[in-house]
Amino acid sequence: MITAELIRLLAFLVGVIAFAALNAAYLVWAERKGAAFFQRRTGPKEVGPHGLLQPLADGVKLMTKQLLVPDGVDPVLFKIAPIMLLVPAIMSFVAIPFGETLAARHIDLGLLMIFAFASVNVLGLLIGGWGSANKYAVIASARVVSQNVAYEIPMLLTAIALVMATNTMNLNEIIIQQGGGIWNWNIIRLTWAASPLTPVAFLIFFTCMLAETNRAPFDMAEAESELVAGTFTEYPGMGFGVFFMGEYANIVIGACLVTILFLGGWQSPLPFLPNSVVWFLMKMYAIIFTVIWIRWTFPRTQFYALLNLSWKYLIPISLLNLIVTAGWLKVF
Amino acid sequence: MAYFSELFTGTRSLFIGMGITLREFFNTKVTLQYPHEYVKMTPRFRGHIELVKDAETGLTKCIVCGMCQKACPSGCITVEGEKREGVKGKVLTVYTLDFTKCSLCGMCVESCKPGAIDFSKDFNLASTRRSDFVYDLIKRLEEKN
Repeated sequence: MITAELIRLLAFLVGVIAFAALNAAYLVWAERKGAAFFQRRTGPKEVGPHGLLQPLADGVKLMTKQLLVPDGVDPVLFKIAPIMLLVPAIMSFVAIPFGETLAARHIDLGLLMIFAFASVNVLGLLIGGWGSANKYAVIASARVVSQNVAYEIPMLLTAIALVMATNTMNLNEIIIQQGGGIWNWNIIRLTWAASPLTPVAFLIFFTCMLAETNRAPFDMAEAESELVAGTFTEYPGMGFGVFFMGEYANIVIGACLVTILFLGGWQSPLPFLPNSVVWFLMKMYAIIFTVIWIRWTFPRTQFYALLNLSWKYLIPISLLNLIVTAGWLKVF
Repeated sequence: MAYFSELFTGTRSLFIGMGITLREFFNTKVTLQYPHEYVKMTPRFRGHIELVKDAETGLTKCIVCGMCQKACPSGCITVEGEKREGVKGKVLTVYTLDFTKCSLCGMCVESCKPGAIDFSKDFNLASTRRSDFVYDLIKRLEEKN
């Protein structure tokens, strides 16, 4: 019994890490290809067919760079900061049900666990900036934290509304409740089980997901053209690479969450089609494509506009959504 | 009221913008794979000067009058010729262009009565050595033949 459990654990560990790493590597490629296509260019092309070996080449380049630790930094904080960004992101994959039975662990408080780990990554960015002994990095990390705090509130408020409607925090259970066709998904819920404001909730959640993962148009945390990567200005080679992998793993987590909460996870859109992990991946990558699409459509917002959007629009509307959902559930 | 109208017009404009980029996503790509492909230069492109080949003789039309050399404000053209037995006029022996000094003003081409020099279509002229930009135009003409 114990050995079987150990093998299970090992399989999950390898699977989750491979999934996270492959996604992080190939999302960089997809990002560059997407960027090029939205601007009528062709993107990476030289390394391998359609530039498919580009992530490998990038990886080799990053790894051959010297791991320089600048003078005056806090060595412990400086070194653990990238890991604090990557590890929680990979840990979050444990709770995500990719298929009906395909999940590392069916955790009853899966949603709570993912949000708990998501807040650790803010801490990673903060100590990364603080440990760098660089004024600009410190300012940038302060900016990241205020951004993340501002956007975590509406995100959690919409998530609470959904938890109220589904009455569970088990991600698999949330997906099961959305079964039986596209009209049962939370995004366009036509049944009495959730409030009519779920499309709005979806937009709020999606916007917050973009801001949480520091994606454009909310990426002034690492505005690479003006601030030279913000909090990770001082990081060389693979230190920077790990930060970036963490960012991309976070995007995958965010896309998974949107898929699970609003798009019905592994449920098929029509009742006669079989449920499968393919649906989950299709929905997830559609969300990731939209994230890339948004990044190459809109210019970076100003920081005041970012905070205004959150405090003046998203938080009041998500509070309203919470109240409406509560009333709706009470009445029906 | 401004609060809501701003919210709606803002959201709407975001979706319109995304529609535009999605259209571009499926549009034909315009990239030229530069080191592998070259752009065809327009006929009016004014590169460095080059000797024109005479269609009949296959040689230069230059009569060694030296007008181009005199017209050049930066003094980057050197023309030399010699008298030969049995040939009318002078024969061109040296025609060098120091392209490091040339400002591509085109005065030499304008001043050339027999139309012996013209602009080339070369644009890919990068080099790390200064000596690569001193062209022997007679040699270039011979190589073209």
